[in-house]
Amino acid sequence: MFNPDIIKPENLVYKRTDVLTQAVMHYCPGCGHGTTHRIIAEVIEEMGIQDKAICVAPVGCSVLAYNYFNVDSLGAAHGRAPAIATAIQRLYPDRYTFTYQGDGDLAAIGTAETIHACNRGENIVIVFINNGIYGMTGGQMAPTTLIGMKTATSPYGRTVELNGYPLQITELLAELPGTYYVTRQSVQTAAAVRKTKKAIRQAFENQKNKKGTSFVEVVSNCNSGWKMTPVQANKWMEENMFVKYPIGDIKVDGQKVK
Amino acid sequence: MAKELKLMKGNEAIAEAAIRSGCDGYFGYPITPQSEVMEHLMVEKPWETTGMVVLQAESETSSINMVYGGAGAGKKVMTSSSSPGISLMQEGLTYLAGAELPSLVVNVVRGGPGLGTIQPSQADYFQAVKGGGHGDYQMYVLAPASVQEMYDFVFKGWEIAFKYRNPVMILSDGAIGQVMEKLYVGDYVPRWTEEEVRKFAPWASMGKPADRDHNIITSLELDSAKQEKHNHKLQAKYREMEEKEVLFETINCEDAEYIFVAYGSSARIAQKAIQLGREKGIKVGLLRPITLFPFPKKQVAEFSKKVKGMLAVEMSAGQMVEDVRLAAEFRCPVEHFGRYGGIIPTPHEVLEALEEKIIKG
Repeated sequence: MFNPDIIKPENLVYKRTDVLTQAVMHYCPGCGHGTTHRIIAEVIEEMGIQDKAICVAPVGCSVLAYNYFNVDSLGAAHGRAPAIATAIQRLYPDRYTFTYQGDGDLAAIGTAETIHACNRGENIVIVFINNGIYGMTGGQMAPTTLIGMKTATSPYGRTVELNGYPLQITELLAELPGTYYVTRQSVQTAAAVRKTKKAIRQAFENQKNKKGTSFVEVVSNCNSGWKMTPVQANKWMEENMFVKYPIGDIKVDGQKVK
Repeated sequence: MAKELKLMKGNEAIAEAAIRSGCDGYFGYPITPQSEVMEHLMVEKPWETTGMVVLQAESETSSINMVYGGAGAGKKVMTSSSSPGISLMQEGLTYLAGAELPSLVVNVVRGGPGLGTIQPSQADYFQAVKGGGHGDYQMYVLAPASVQEMYDFVFKGWEIAFKYRNPVMILSDGAIGQVMEKLYVGDYVPRWTEEEVRKFAPWASMGKPADRDHNIITSLELDSAKQEKHNHKLQAKYREMEEKEVLFETINCEDAEYIFVAYGSSARIAQKAIQLGREKGIKVGLLRPITLFPFPKKQVAEFSKKVKGMLAVEMSAGQMVEDVRLAAEFRCPVEHFGRYGGIIPTPHEVLEALEEKIIKG
C-alpha cells in the first residue's frame, strides 16, 4: 500500500534522524548495530548536541560507524577508543565524546584502555556491543563467547580448560569508582529498544552534567556468525546470552543496584 | 622576543618548551631516562596557566593513542618516552602517519635490545627513520645535540607537523636528556583558540558545525585503488620534505680530508675528536645531520667527491652508516665506529677509529 497523497509534511509523525548520514549501512540484516546506531543518533538529535558530539569508532563490524553517524568522528586502532576519547574530552570538556565498541575491541585487546578510562572516571560515554563473537573477521571466539559456543576458533565449543571463562567486563567496570552509570540493555524488541534509548539518553545526560564515565552494554545477536536466522538468533540470545549477561541497570548515579 | 637564560636538563627543556610553545596536551608514561619530562610538567602545572592538559596514561600504548585523539581533534599534542616505550607506540605512530595527524613524539633513546639498559644509545635510528610500525610511512626526525636544541626542536616540530600533517619525532638520547646545560627560552606562545584550530586544522574532528560535512579521521581505506592513491599522496609529501626540509651542520669541513658523520651526542664527541686530530695534523671535519629523515644525502654526496674517507660515528652497531654509504655511492671509503649497549665512546677512541679504519685502511 502506497498512497502519495498522505505523504505531506503536516502528516509527518516520525522520520529518519539527520544525525545519521544517507550512507547505506553494511550490517547484516537482523544485526543489532543498525538499531543501536539509530538510537544514539536520535538521542544526539533530541538533545541538540550534533555540533558537539564526537564519535570514536572501533575496529570490528562497526569499524565504519563514522560513515553513518553524521558527527565529527575518528577511527581508532583496535581497542584504543577509550584512550582516544579520554584525550578529546579532556581537551574539549564541553563536547560529547563517545566510543562505540564491540566485545573483541573493548573486552580483549582494549581491556587496559577500557578499565583505566573508566577508573579515571573520564567524562565519556561508552557504548559496548556484546554479541559474543568476532563478526567482521569471520566468527572467531570473543572474550564474551559463552561456554560451549561454537566459533571459528572454538569449533568444538568453548571450554574452560582451553579458553577460560566468558568475561563479564560490565560487572567488573561497575566496581570501579570512576563509573557513574553502568547498564546492560538489548535491542531485539520494540520494548527493549525503548529501554536502550532511555539508557543512552541517561548516559549523555550524565556526560552533560560531568558525572564521569557512563557505560551502556547492548547485548546483541550475530546471526551470521552464530549461523542462525535473525529470528533464531534473537531467541537464542534471550535464552542463552541473557543468562550470562542479564539485562538491567548495574550501577545508577554512582551506586550499584542491589 | 625576550630571551631568558636558564640551566636545565634536556628532558626538562622539552617540558619547558611544550608549555612555552602553545602545546595543548602532553600524555606520557614514566620510563628512564626521560621521566623528567612529565615530572617537570606536573611541577609546573600548566593547566593553571596556559590551560595545557597533562595526563599520566596507563601505558605508552594508551599515551600515543591519546595523542592520536588530541591530534585528530586539531590540538597540538605530544608524548615522550624511551626506547622500550617507543616500541610499544609503533602501532599508534603508523596510525598517526596513515591518518596524517600532526603530532610530536620525543624518544630519549637508551640501550637495547629488549629491556636493555638505561644508559644512552643511538640504536633506535632504524626504528625512527625507516618506519618501525607497519606500512610505507616516514616521520620527520630531528636529532638534537644540546639542551638548547631539545627546547628549540619542540617549536620546530610543531611547525613541520602542521605544515605537512605528519608525526614528528625528536630522536634524542639518554645523555642529551640527562645533561644540564644553559639554554635560552623565549616568550610564551599562546595556545590556539577554537577559532584558530578550525582555521588551521579544518580537517579536525572537533564537533561538526551545521555548515560543513562531518570530518572523519581514519587511516582505513578498503578500496585498494584509493589506498594506493593515498599512499602516493604520502610519498609525495615525504619527497617534498626531502626537497625542502633537510637540516644539517658542518664544522671544520672547509679544508677537511676526512669527515666524521655523527648526530646527537656522538656529534659532540666527534667535535672533541676533531680538535685532537687537528692537533696531530689530521684535517678532519664534521657533518652533523640535524634531520635524520630527511637525511642530508646531497651533502654526503658532495663530501664523498672531495674527501679521502668518512667515518660514521654512532652509539649503535651501525645504522646511520647505511644511509651515509647509500649517499656516498662508493666514491670514497665509508666506515663505521660505534659503542653500544649504553657505552659512550671517548674522543680518543673516535680519533683512533678514524686512523685505523680510514687513514691506514
